[in-house]
This record gives sequence, C-alpha cells and structure tokens, in this order.
Amino acid sequence: MLKYAEKIKETALKLFNENRVDTFIGYKKGSVPMMNEPVLVTDPDKVDQLYWDSFCGLNLCNYLTKRTDKIGIVANGCNSRNIVTHIIENQIKREQIYIVGIPCEGMIDHRAVMRAVKYKEILNVQENGDKFLVKGADFEETFEKEKFLQGNCATCTHRNPVIYDEILGDPVEEQTGVDPFKDVKKIEEMDPAKKQAFFTRLISRCIRCYACRNSCPLCYCPTCFVDESTPQWVGKSSDPTDTMTFHFLRAYHCAGRCTDCGACERVCPMGISMRQFTKKLNKDCQDLFSWEAGLTLDQRPPLDVYKPDDYNDFIK
Amino acid sequence: MTDKIFSKEEWLGGLEALRKTYGVFVPVKDGDFHTFMPFDKGNIPDFDYQNSRLSPKSVVYPQSERLFEYTLDKADSEADIVKESPKDYSPRAVVGIRPCDVQAFQIVKRNFDNPEYRDPWWVQHFESTTLVGLGCNEPCSTCFCTEVGGGPFNQEGLDVLIFDMGETYLLRGLTDKGEALLGKITGGSPADDQALKNAEDLAASASKKITSSIPTDKLKEKVTNDLFNAPFWEEIAFACLNCGTCTFLCPTCWCFDIQDEVLGKEGDRIRNWDSCMFPLFTLHGSGHNPRDNKFQRVRQRFMHKLKYYVDKYDNGVQCSGCGRCVRYCPVNIDIREVCNLMNNY
Repeated sequence: MLKYAEKIKETALKLFNENRVDTFIGYKKGSVPMMNEPVLVTDPDKVDQLYWDSFCGLNLCNYLTKRTDKIGIVANGCNSRNIVTHIIENQIKREQIYIVGIPCEGMIDHRAVMRAVKYKEILNVQENGDKFLVKGADFEETFEKEKFLQGNCATCTHRNPVIYDEILGDPVEEQTGVDPFKDVKKIEEMDPAKKQAFFTRLISRCIRCYACRNSCPLCYCPTCFVDESTPQWVGKSSDPTDTMTFHFLRAYHCAGRCTDCGACERVCPMGISMRQFTKKLNKDCQDLFSWEAGLTLDQRPPLDVYKPDDYNDFIK
Repeated sequence: MTDKIFSKEEWLGGLEALRKTYGVFVPVKDGDFHTFMPFDKGNIPDFDYQNSRLSPKSVVYPQSERLFEYTLDKADSEADIVKESPKDYSPRAVVGIRPCDVQAFQIVKRNFDNPEYRDPWWVQHFESTTLVGLGCNEPCSTCFCTEVGGGPFNQEGLDVLIFDMGETYLLRGLTDKGEALLGKITGGSPADDQALKNAEDLAASASKKITSSIPTDKLKEKVTNDLFNAPFWEEIAFACLNCGTCTFLCPTCWCFDIQDEVLGKEGDRIRNWDSCMFPLFTLHGSGHNPRDNKFQRVRQRFMHKLKYYVDKYDNGVQCSGCGRCVRYCPVNIDIREVCNLMNNY
C-alpha cells in the first residue's frame, strides 16, 4: 500500500494547483511504529507530509462532518462508504468534496503484530509488498501481511471505494466466500444468560474514554446521550450497568449505518472488541433488509425509512 | 537504608506472606497488556514487563469512589443527612511500580496535599500505601523520564527500590515505610560492595538508553498568553478525537467530577475521573461552554501540563515521561512534539 503515498502527494498538489480544493485530508507518518496521524493540509507546500501504508486504519470521514470548505480526501472502501452515509445524512455535500479513491488491500492489526513478536518493543516496521519487516533492539522478523489483517479487513467485501472522483490504482479483486458473521452466529446460539456473561466480560475493561464513539464517523450528534446533563440519562461512574448502557446504545445508534471500518476497535486503549455489538446489527440489517450501509446515494438507511406500502406486517 | 539480596523465588514467597499485613498490588498480565491488580490466587505477578497500560494511580485515586451516602426516606430520622461512606485505609503495597509512576504521585501530591488544600481521601489512601518500585533495565523508546526530572532508577518518592539483577533482586529500603515492609520479608542476605556496584552500573546503563530529547527549560520564561495564542494549536488538534485515552492513562492527570446517584430513596455521592478532553468538563449551568471547540480542549491539556503547572508550582512539568499518551493516543498526537513546539516558540 506504500505505493499510494507518492500518488496521494501528487494528486493533492494537482488539486491545490488547479484550485479544486481549499484543504486536503489524509494521513501523515506517525511518530511511533504502526501509527499514522490524520492531517489537514491547507498549504500546497506541505503536501509532502501526506502518507499512506497499511496502518491507516482510522476513518477519515470522521473529519468531514459539517465542514464548509472544499475538501480533497483520501478514501478506501470503508471510508468511502462512510462518506456516502455522511452525504445521505446531510453532514457534508457531495459537491464540496473531491474523493481520492484508494483500492485497499486491508490494514494490519497492530496488536497481532505485537503478539507475534511476544510483546518485545517494536522500533520500526517496513512494508514491502505483501510482506512487512518488524525490527526491535535485538530482533528482526518478516511477516506476511495477509495473516495479520485487522478482523474487519480479513472479511471485507468492499475494498474498492464505492464513490470517488479519481482513483489512484486499478481496482483490487474483491474477496468472495468470506463470512464476516461467523463469530456473531456463535453468540446468537448462546442462551440469554451466556450472552449476558459474554457481553459483560467483553466490556469489563472499558474505562469510558469514548475513543470508540469519537473515532466513529457515525457519531456526530452535537451532544451525545452519555454527555447530556439535563436530564442525565447514564451514570458517569465505572458501574458496569452504565458502561453496558453506553455500549448497547452506541451500537444501536449505528444500526444500518455501520460500515465495519474497524476504527472503534483499533483506537480502544483497552483492546475491547466492540465490533461484536455492531456486527450483530449489520447482520440483522443484511438478513432483514438485504442492506449494507453506504453503497448507494439513492437510498436512506433502513431504520431511517418509512413506507406505507412496506411488505412487513408489523408496520401496518 | 538497607540493601538486601533476594533470590527471585524467595522474594515471590515473601510477597505472598506479605499479603497477611498488606493489600499487595502487582502487575498482572491481562490479555495483551499488564494491569495492577490485587495479588491473590487468580492474579499472578509478572515483573517481566515494560509498564502497565493504565497507570497505577487508581490504587490511590480510584476511577470511581463513593465519598458520601444519604437516604431521602423521610421516615428515617437521618433523612437528607449526607454521611461519609466507609473507606478502606488498611495498609497497601504497590509492588513493581515504575519510578515514573512514583514520580507521578509526587506531582499529583502537589495538587492534592499542599498548604492551601488537603484532599482527605487522596491523602489517606496515599499515606496508607507503600511504593515498592522496580527500576527499568530496558526503558521504552517512548520514555522520557530523564528529561522531566526522573530516571529509570529514580528513588524520589519510593519506599523501596528493586534492582532486577538477573538471577536475583537487590532491594533497597529508602524510607521508614519501606524498611517496615522489608522487615516483614524473611530471608535474603545483605548486599556486598560488588552487588551495590553492579546495581549502580545497571542504573547508569539504563539512563543512557533513553534517547528522547524533550527540552522543557524555556517553558517557564514564556509569556502565558503568547503560548495560549500560538498559531499551532489548531494544527495539533486537528486529528484529536477528544477521547479520554490520554487523560485516563496518564499517571499525573488528576481532574475529577462529583456526581450524585440515587436509586429509590438511597443516594451516593461519587467522585469520578473526568477529562479536559470532554466538552461536558467545562459546560456551565447557563449552557455556555468556555471550551466549546476541540482545539481549546487540546490546548488546555498541554498548557496545563507544560505551562500552568510549571508557573504555579515552580517544580518542573506535570508529566513524568512514562510515554503512555505517546504510545496509546489513537491518532498519534505526541506530547514530545508539542513540548518541543512550546519550548521553542
């Protein structure tokens, strides 16, 4: 994915020079291994800081919300689907943005890399095609990227951007025959007591930092329900009931809108797999409404639509 | 000051025995990282670690602590009287805490225990805690304790310092509290001159491994409003998610919120960690928010640590260089870079 870095710089410069954009949103290389920092470039002289590799696992659509300028933005498959959702939900106008599409080969799960080197400190990671080299003070190991993909990327079927003004490479082959809901099905089979125990354990480490919520482009409410104070809906202590309330409600607010970009899990400082909540809702949307979020500008998300002629009985 | 050598087995056995008189907190491997937990049957200490993901500040300053309780039941003769909740101030020992996190307690102490104000709960928890520090033989690349007045074997604030000598531990009692704790551990032998020299060599070589250079020397002389109005804040803040990762993982962040929670007629007054990253942190009752924008909140965090604290206490920065925020900020905002910008502005 390194190959896109130079192309992004060239494209951004071109867009500035042609006066197509006022600003450009991408990543710059991080100060620690396996981390990159979202960056807003406002000056054509600074396009050189733009960067791209397999550690760009945040969701840049998060930075578009209610902007008023003309913006160039880098988007791979999932990010582009969130841009579609943002446009449908009136968070940004289509004509305001110039989408630089990236056919994505998946992001590397930095935690899996740390496990693979037995938590020894990683000082440098160099990507080279479908392999990457990990260096520490007293070790060097090469890994195959395919085996270290983030969970959402391993089962992704929309790697190519679904909307773009320009694409920086030939589309990659989409994966077929992958089942993103294997783990969800296992949970569905549990009885209620086991489910309760599973989810209680899942969020037991949560420190309520809200990194999951804040990294998610879907969470743009001016005031989140957990931050409401008049009246207050949720307790602010580390009581497990309040923490569970936060996670359940956050997930439900994403129903039919989540693209499974994986940003929430990537940013969690405590390594919580909160995609277990949103994936169940994605599966329900697929089963009940044949719906996957962010694939088209022509239709609103299912829980956002009412049709008098709906074929479901419950609506009548 | 006592210096004693223990074999590692002997020391572990001693720790187990120590549980009779102390609540012993140790680093425990918990999934992908380490957390300080009470040493019991299910929680086995693992001292072969770099640092815990969450700082051990919660041992003294829990994320949520019930301060008071009350009943609203008018039938009760004590209705509406707010009474202090019972608290546990029995002796505790945090064993294996890193010197940077001990230094952090010293920083936080300036806020919670000073001539103007003493926070009764923080102070009592702190005073009942013995800090048994473990020197860092291998500091991380993100560590910068030596740049902010500490060091991988810094003894300030510690009650006992442990040197991991490979096969053995050298334990140095530094305070009466520390000597009392060591006195409860049987076995061990006095350290000879060679062992003491080896320990000093270990500490010296560890200090040299810290490569981050974070000058803070000019922060004090800067004009506060110049830094406040500096042009770089919007740029630094762009990527920020305004999550609480940096503040909650930080060993020196001390801000809290007090909330009343009522169930039926019974109420609790609870103190919770709060974060200057959250908009609610500064929301006034009027609805006005003086830090309504993201960049203002980001600026507050860095200005507090690197300027306001410096000016108020004249005792360095409000950072012990543990590097947690550097490693775990989800969007890689790096306090080392921000400090350089501020110091050189």
